[in-house]
Amino acid sequence: MSDDRGAKQKTEMVPLPSDSIIPERDLGKMTVLETRHLGIDFGGLTALEDFNLAVGPTEISGLIGPNGAGKTTVFNLLTKVYQPSRGAILLNSRDTCALNTVQVCKAGIARTFQNIRLFSDLSVEDNVKIGLHNQIPYGIWTGIFRLPGYWKYERQAHERAMELLSIFGMANMANSQAGSLPYGAQRRLEIVRALATGPSILLLDEPAAGMNPSETTELMENIVKVRDTFRIAVLLIEHDMNLVMGICEGLCVLNFGKIIAKGTPSHIQNNPKVIEAYLGKQKEEGLAC
Amino acid sequence: MNLLKNLSSTAKSNFFTYALIVGGYIVIQILSLTGGLTYSLQGLLIPVCAWIIMAISLTLTVGIMGDLSLGHAGFMSVGAFSGIIALISLEAVIPLVGLRVIIAMLTGALCAGFVGVLVGIPVLRLRGDYIAIVTLAFGEIIKNIFTCIYVGMDNAGLHFGFLLSSGISELNLGEGARAIVDGPQGLLNIPNKIVTFSMGFILILAALFIILNLVNSRAGRAIMALRDNRIAAESVGIPVTKYKLIAFAVSAALAGAAGTLFAMNFSTVVASQFNYLASIQVLVFVVLGGLKNFWGAIIAAVLLTVLPESLRFLDEYRLLIYGILLVLVMHGTYSNIIHKLLNFFRSLFPTPDKLEKQ
Repeated sequence: MSDDRGAKQKTEMVPLPSDSIIPERDLGKMTVLETRHLGIDFGGLTALEDFNLAVGPTEISGLIGPNGAGKTTVFNLLTKVYQPSRGAILLNSRDTCALNTVQVCKAGIARTFQNIRLFSDLSVEDNVKIGLHNQIPYGIWTGIFRLPGYWKYERQAHERAMELLSIFGMANMANSQAGSLPYGAQRRLEIVRALATGPSILLLDEPAAGMNPSETTELMENIVKVRDTFRIAVLLIEHDMNLVMGICEGLCVLNFGKIIAKGTPSHIQNNPKVIEAYLGKQKEEGLAC
Repeated sequence: MNLLKNLSSTAKSNFFTYALIVGGYIVIQILSLTGGLTYSLQGLLIPVCAWIIMAISLTLTVGIMGDLSLGHAGFMSVGAFSGIIALISLEAVIPLVGLRVIIAMLTGALCAGFVGVLVGIPVLRLRGDYIAIVTLAFGEIIKNIFTCIYVGMDNAGLHFGFLLSSGISELNLGEGARAIVDGPQGLLNIPNKIVTFSMGFILILAALFIILNLVNSRAGRAIMALRDNRIAAESVGIPVTKYKLIAFAVSAALAGAAGTLFAMNFSTVVASQFNYLASIQVLVFVVLGGLKNFWGAIIAAVLLTVLPESLRFLDEYRLLIYGILLVLVMHGTYSNIIHKLLNFFRSLFPTPDKLEKQ
């Protein structure tokens, strides 16, 4: 964080029209996820207003902003944990207005959580198999009476789960209890579980929270690897600027529920509004003491 | 031993559960052949089977699904009443006793499962303690409905009545009249000695087969995912209501089959036998068995059913024993007693690392 602040202060602050970059880029672009004038009110409080975002296929985008800016609210709206008060969410050009959380997941949005939410009493492999739930289509009777379909799909699920786990180097932990894993492994398992649902866009809510620098570097490699292997888009919320500036191709900065800047990482780094949101207004020179 | 070592922990526990039941059956059969069973214990065999099934079916709701249900005896009474009505009314049609018993149990299970779905639809929308409160109420409602039902049979067929002010005579039964359910007096004229211990044993095996296979399948994983983290489960595409209803209905259906088995052992059964105390009793089995442990619930069910009967001289204090045990268990789970006991039991079974040490 401290390096990053230094970098910002060194660079010359060139004011940029905050909204001019992305819309141009968005024009005519194929998108996986698009939001139009998305907004939500909690009682009298407007938590998010006029949120427009477009994420292209195989694009890694970042959603940043100070605490309480409404970043996680965006994720909760995208996954329909909250119903939006205004606006539309288009997933692969299809409106998700009428869908609930489960249907949105089937339609192709997978997410992880800011505070890890694993099925902690179950084994690592079972956690991934639960992510594969909608890909192993045998019914309840097949399961109870152990019909041939059970053995076939369970074998497939096992193989797929191990394959996914080995991408993140977790195949040797398959039988351990998910809750007993070290913190970093739990975060990775959450990503594996989300990937198991076969998404077209992966939402990562602070994937590097609580990780040390070497773990974060590994995570960055993993995120890029995931994007390249699965050809999916990634939208991530993160406070770790090394990660954000390192792998994100597009950034969107939120403050008080409003987009204050959009653009490439280098543009965002120099944006005075962003710097103001993070560091506060610069004091006038004469008053500095 | 190598085979056992390679199995996963769930497979091991399932194997142990089946082995426990089969072993128990063999021991009882040997005892009864050699005359080692007292008369009072013999009378207990089938009720114990019924309580075992109740315990494993409630383990599915409380331990696997994670919702506290306090109305399980209600489903048992649905099974008891519908099963016995089917058993008696089919007497003329199906002379074969074994087949009739199976049909009666299936009827009991289906009716209880249906009621389970009906109750589950509103109840499973609630969370936490509210589920316990509402299931408790539903259990009492079901019990009270059965105290108002009158069923009789004559040559023309079955006659049903509800809330008859002057009793079963209002049904105006014709020739060959036979009262089956007489309001508050409950089930009457249940054919005696129609079930055997072996039938109870087979029913336990069937219930275990259904529940253990359900738990270790796609649906079971979904149910456990909902228990561990509902929000995460939804986010990976698991429909909450569907899987909760499945678990609740299966649990209710097995309780229904247990109810039929239970009722067939007696000549009369009243609805008030299936009150909330019975539900709590089953919950005690489950809690004592360790919530997620099927074999634990089975052992608890056997112990807590046989113990009060063999301590007949303390009969009035039976519930006191339950109370003390519950307090001890609650105390134990937060202290070392349970861990010490568990470690003791673990030390009885060889584990991989122990074998390596040897």
